[in-house]
Amino acid sequence: MSNDILHQQEEHKHSDTAHHHDHHHDEHHHDHHEHKQHFFSKYVFSMDHKIISRQFLITGIFWAIAGGLMSVFFRLQLGFPEDTFPILQKFLGEWARGGKMDPEMYYGLVTIHGTVLVFFVLTGGLSGTFSNLLIPLQIGARDMASPFLNMLSYWFFATASVIMFSSLFVSTGPASGGWTTYPPLSALKEASMGSGIGMDLWLVSMALFIVSSLLGGLNYIVTILNMRTKGMTMTRMPLTIWAFLFTAVLGVLSFPVLLSAAVLLLFDRHAGTSFYLSEIFIAGKALPNVGGSAILYQHLFWFLGHPEVYIIMLPAMGMASEILSVHSRKPIFGYFAMVISILGITVLAFLVWAHHMFVTGMSPFLGGVFVLLTLLIAIPSAVKVFNWLTTIWKGNIKFTVPMMFALGFVSLFISGGLTGIFLGNSALDIHLHDTYFVIAHFHIVMGISAFFGMFAGIYHWFPKMYGRFMNNTMGYIHFFITFIGAYVIFWPMHYEGIAGMPRRYYDYSSWESFKQFADLNQMISVAAIIVFFAQLLFVFNYFVSIWKGKKITTPNPWKANSLEWTTPINAGHGNWEGEIPEVHRWSYEYRDNEDGTDYTPQTVPLREGEDGH
Amino acid sequence: MSGLLLVLLVALIFVVLYQVSRSSELVASIQGEEKFDKKRNKILAFSMLILFIAFMIGIYACHRYMMPLMAPEAASDHGKQIDSMLITTIVITGIVFLITQFLLFWFSFKYQHDENRKSVFFSHSNKLEMIWTTVPALAMAILVAIGLRTWFRITDAAPKDAMQIEVVGKQFNWISRYPGADGVLGKRYFTNINDKDNILGQDWTDKANKDDIVIPTGEIHLVKGKPVEFLIGSRDVIHDVGLSHFRLKMDAVPGITTRIWFTPTISTAEMKAKTGNSNFTYEISCDQMCGRGHYSMRAIIVVETQAEYDAWMAKQQSYYAQNHPEEFPAAAPQASADSTKDQNPKLTMK
Repeated sequence: MSNDILHQQEEHKHSDTAHHHDHHHDEHHHDHHEHKQHFFSKYVFSMDHKIISRQFLITGIFWAIAGGLMSVFFRLQLGFPEDTFPILQKFLGEWARGGKMDPEMYYGLVTIHGTVLVFFVLTGGLSGTFSNLLIPLQIGARDMASPFLNMLSYWFFATASVIMFSSLFVSTGPASGGWTTYPPLSALKEASMGSGIGMDLWLVSMALFIVSSLLGGLNYIVTILNMRTKGMTMTRMPLTIWAFLFTAVLGVLSFPVLLSAAVLLLFDRHAGTSFYLSEIFIAGKALPNVGGSAILYQHLFWFLGHPEVYIIMLPAMGMASEILSVHSRKPIFGYFAMVISILGITVLAFLVWAHHMFVTGMSPFLGGVFVLLTLLIAIPSAVKVFNWLTTIWKGNIKFTVPMMFALGFVSLFISGGLTGIFLGNSALDIHLHDTYFVIAHFHIVMGISAFFGMFAGIYHWFPKMYGRFMNNTMGYIHFFITFIGAYVIFWPMHYEGIAGMPRRYYDYSSWESFKQFADLNQMISVAAIIVFFAQLLFVFNYFVSIWKGKKITTPNPWKANSLEWTTPINAGHGNWEGEIPEVHRWSYEYRDNEDGTDYTPQTVPLREGEDGH
Repeated sequence: MSGLLLVLLVALIFVVLYQVSRSSELVASIQGEEKFDKKRNKILAFSMLILFIAFMIGIYACHRYMMPLMAPEAASDHGKQIDSMLITTIVITGIVFLITQFLLFWFSFKYQHDENRKSVFFSHSNKLEMIWTTVPALAMAILVAIGLRTWFRITDAAPKDAMQIEVVGKQFNWISRYPGADGVLGKRYFTNINDKDNILGQDWTDKANKDDIVIPTGEIHLVKGKPVEFLIGSRDVIHDVGLSHFRLKMDAVPGITTRIWFTPTISTAEMKAKTGNSNFTYEISCDQMCGRGHYSMRAIIVVETQAEYDAWMAKQQSYYAQNHPEEFPAAAPQASADSTKDQNPKLTMK
């Protein structure tokens, strides 16, 4: 396979020279055509995992901006329910006539914000980007096991994106039942405007996304298991790779269940089936459907939905482990404990889904079982946190931008993880379920903290992607505004939740129990808008640095041990120019050497008396 | 136009920021990168300390601001148990939170880069790892034990003497039903529903339905100190009976009857006095996304003494009687209950 790729590349070079040769005497038209072919195969329908990873990342960035902007819009409504904003009418047209957002559109934005951030940004954009970039580079492979399926994986994602985006423009609006799209609300077009064509587009888009995710995931697993370079035993792999491996396993085993949920929902919507529908009277008439269960959908949804949060978290954890170690100049503490924790999280992730359903009227006994299994997950999570803390303990910390984000990741993961203990305990969940406490919990732990892992990864591996650094000063500004802003936005929401304030409300002003939070909601909205602009600063930095960033002068700018830094700057398809290097040790050998360096790359042969791990 | 200006302004700020940061890098290369990096690393390490202190002050300030706005004490026995469990959980997780956050920021500051420091190769320690596997496991065991005890108490079957009230959700309001004098809620089925004179789809061949009292606004009256069980249903999509003052909630699912029970311990009047808010009222919020009007799906609960409750109940007329006045020629007097009056104008029309 890898020979094929190199061969292809050779051919490219040939056609390149031929092309230049032709340049002088060929027709302009022909020249243009030739050139376009080249551009398309190199940057668009590329099979190079490095290009595909950039495609995932840039699509993810697009969705992050779109999803972030949506949150700015609905935060305007939440913070200033009495006011009108002409800018809303500019963006939303009839949905915000006179600058006042329609509740249907409010719910549409909330729904699409959740969907795209969870799936398109923090799954496609995070796992898609870094699994693609790092798996071949860190295990020593020329590309994925199947570059073609890998390319398809991106293009299914792109198609899903186009369909999801188009749903924003249909006349009845996008899906508006929340990102979980529980039926019967999402099954019946009479129940809400968003349950019309918008919901169909949502389901089709998600189905394509699932296909993308499966193609990607299978490829990652096969590549990691089969294509490691000589000497790269499983226990020498960086923790990033372990994280990507288990992320892919989670996805491959749980996404098909969501697909079945989506297909059954499509049947209920269009084929007259009653999987989720029973005894419903809506829009003045009783529906014929009897015998289905609305709760069945929730089981199917959360069977993916819960592993999904680990699909988001594990890559962030893996990258943070790597970055904390590299920039502390110290080995990751407890490598095997970390691997076992990831494994433990992966197994438990499949056994806790019903903790999202404690108040659906489930059997109390079953609820008890899920409490036990859910709180078990706290143990591997705690082990990971303590191991990160011990990693930086007595380290020699360089506060580079990726390191700042990795430290921020740990802080946010602790804060958001601990509140999970509240929600996983069913008795407390009775009170806290579907309140702002939940919003605060999951935004901190799988929203912001996963984003911090992703940012850390982008700043850290940007030199590998583009041969340049991102601008530091802007990176630090980005860090401080985002870190402080995240806590300012989400910390007070815990209080609102404990006071019982329900989520997904368009306006609280007529509620005696919740209207006292109006000023606070306003403050949160202002903070959210500031943080949003700080993210634009990051995007600006990212794109400017691709062309204008400071060039790296050595292939290994962070003085790291892992294999990706042994490839040339701006490596071509195939990654290594000569043979793939052989690996002799694990990737966390950070200790002082006799020659004054404090690291030993994996490719350095074992010295006398050393242990290869 | 203003939108365009805004975009231009933001772009301008970014460009300025970018130029400033470029120039700072220029300064760095003039000063010598190493020296510059060293200085910066010191500042950033110090900023980690500042961040931690700011973080703690922020938490304190937030707490001071929020506490007066929080919900009053729990108004049910179950709510009290949940509150006490909440406090225990906050204390346990709070300790872990403070220790780990402190260590994170303190280590960051303390172990900032120092080129004279020898590296410490410390890659694992079975003892340490055993400690921080077992300690969280024990903490979790305690929390699970407390949690399950509370959970099974709350989800246990309601006491036999509990009054039963049906609460049914629909887009976008609540409907409540009392069993009437016979103490039995009559059968109902969705195909009988008719927004004109049978909003719950009661089966009129079931005699138990004849005296059932239906309140279309969902208003519920409860007796202080008397256990009550809600039988919860939905006519259309999933709703959720959210009782934040009682610290309870339960989904309303079409096709399924769900239940919760509790004993209200503080009457509305007492709560008005406690909170000093004369507008205070117990509210039912819908806590499960149900469509356009989700945020406005509100009903109120009045907790009162037995005497007040009896007086209120005496004024209610059964839903059947309201809609079949011809069968009750004698029972016409002041019967039309105040709470149902505006919702059922057809009453007087018939």
